[in-house]
Amino acid sequence: MDMKMSEETRRTLFEYLLRLGDDQLVMAQRLSEWCGMGPILEEDLALTNIALDCTGQAEMMLGLAGEVEGQGRSGDDLAFLRDEDEFRNLQLLEMPRGHFGDTIVRQFLYDAFAWIYFGKLRESGFQPLADIAAKVLKEVTYHLRHSREWLIRLGDGTEQSHYKVQKSLDTQWVYTGELFFTDEVDAHLLALKWVPDMAEVQPLWDDLVTQTLLEATLRRPVEPVFLPMEARLGRHSEYLGHMLANMQILARSHPGASW
Amino acid sequence: MDREEQFEERIARGEIIEPKDWMPERYRKQLIRMISQHAHSEVVGMLPEGNWVSRAPSLRSKKVLLAKIQDEGGHGLYLYSAAETLGIDRSELNQQLLEGKAKYSSVFNYPTLSWADMGVIGWLVDGAAIVNQTMLAKGSYGPYARAMIRICKEESFHKKQGYEIVATMSKGTAAQRRQVQGAVDRYWWPSLMMFGPPDGNSPNSAELLKWRVKRASNDELRQRFVNMTVSQAQAVGLTLPDPDLKHNKESGDWEFGAINWGEFWRVVRGNGPCNADRMAARRKAHEDGAWVREAAAVHAARKQASATA
Amino acid sequence: MKEKVDSLDEWAVWEVFSQLEWGKPHEHCGSLHAPDAEIALQNARDVYARRFSVKSLWVVPANAITATRQEDGESFFDPQDEKIYRHPSFYKLPKGVRNI
Repeated sequence: MDMKMSEETRRTLFEYLLRLGDDQLVMAQRLSEWCGMGPILEEDLALTNIALDCTGQAEMMLGLAGEVEGQGRSGDDLAFLRDEDEFRNLQLLEMPRGHFGDTIVRQFLYDAFAWIYFGKLRESGFQPLADIAAKVLKEVTYHLRHSREWLIRLGDGTEQSHYKVQKSLDTQWVYTGELFFTDEVDAHLLALKWVPDMAEVQPLWDDLVTQTLLEATLRRPVEPVFLPMEARLGRHSEYLGHMLANMQILARSHPGASW
Repeated sequence: MDREEQFEERIARGEIIEPKDWMPERYRKQLIRMISQHAHSEVVGMLPEGNWVSRAPSLRSKKVLLAKIQDEGGHGLYLYSAAETLGIDRSELNQQLLEGKAKYSSVFNYPTLSWADMGVIGWLVDGAAIVNQTMLAKGSYGPYARAMIRICKEESFHKKQGYEIVATMSKGTAAQRRQVQGAVDRYWWPSLMMFGPPDGNSPNSAELLKWRVKRASNDELRQRFVNMTVSQAQAVGLTLPDPDLKHNKESGDWEFGAINWGEFWRVVRGNGPCNADRMAARRKAHEDGAWVREAAAVHAARKQASATA
Repeated sequence: MKEKVDSLDEWAVWEVFSQLEWGKPHEHCGSLHAPDAEIALQNARDVYARRFSVKSLWVVPANAITATRQEDGESFFDPQDEKIYRHPSFYKLPKGVRNI
């Protein structure tokens, strides 16, 4: 693949791809905690299926990141040998799995964003990104359908389910600000027309979420006073460290081994 | 000719029995027992592998393991579906499992102690399951045979996935080689036990063979499995933990040592290393999920009511 | 007799039919439990369509299906071999005539 680009673009694109890839990887980790533990066997399959899709996407994105970086690091090297402060995923996605309602709320908030964002990323001027976006969009369209339909059923279900997911929503809402975090990485790539303008994404997400919450008879949480916004820069919650310790243990205890 | 005789004739002619056909009550009960045991095994089998999915050492192996676990859940569903055609509800089957009244493959009551176990389970446990399932795909009860055909198609990648891990680790670091040999030492005998008790001590077999639900005996299938597996172990330099294993030139069979049937019965009856954990996990999943299932049902009823109002 | 109805019971059984190629009939592939049609369709996709390229899926509540019974047997199904005029080979046609 022709990777000719300026050093600045290369470094920026690498950062950007880590953000995308780490989101998928961390999300897959949490979803796979549902293996054999779902509320009904059919849902076990649905959640595992989504985890599988996310893992595949992480593989694609981190693999491309390694190529772009151009220092011989593979997707696996990036996934299994970086430390917490080098991870670029959203904090929303590293939160503990929680109960089924917590997972569905988290999935919906992210899926709604991803569906809009990757839908626009298909127009990327950088072909490999456009290709990734097309694949992701296909899968995320289905993920969104799943999480949206479930949110509606839990919100507009029993008193207990309504209470539980309202609480999930209230608790996780504070992490949604970060979905729209941008910095000079995005600015640089936006100028090249390689990534969408986040300012266009947010209102669309707002609409989709508002519409869905209405159908789910859920109350939109009050805007929080303070929004965590540093995970894209490598400052995470305490949860990520434990997740990585578990995820990376084999690769780190057997350096150089093939699996 | 009475109905029972007509039924026997249909079986003898190789006809496939379908859900609405008349069948002896014993045939129906035996099938429910057999199919549900099989279904429970698939579902419980997701747990020992779920134990390692977060620690998969590469993105590809994580993907492959997730796909395998997903398949197992799917197989459980095909089988519960087949069992339900015989007039029993999945809730009842689920309750039997959670109350410890139902059996499932004892191999899943052993712990998974290293990544190598993921390879060995795919190679030996799925390998044994394939031998069994290929035979069952020719069985007399339509829904079960069809579920088996579907499962067989999906199962072959499981064995390949497992053997690939085993082969890779066998030529890896000293620690990897030690772990994979350790996993073989722990899983070899439980894999042989998957074929069930010896023919002389298998009370259900005679009937199931007569009714062509099973098409071969436990011992026959066990021998077939051993024969195909020995060379696979040799190819990657692994030893099977059986000092009595020897090749019989006349029959071509690999004769093997005595199976510890005491251990088999102990584990099948609920006293294996992980039975309690496995059941506790399934019970928790079921209980924790009650509010979810209820919410969906209530929502559906509400929508239905307003649609017909 | 269970005192509390297990909510799994309230997830009805749905039969699933899939079409593997355009133009071919939908074939029965199995069943699953779901609370409503949308979830049934999603579950059917995860259970029965993840491996094979499925073009179309139908999900039908199992209790909406009426089936013949074995007892209906011959009296219900018209015995085909007695009414051979229904088969094209019954008819003698002059040689050389085409498109009949």
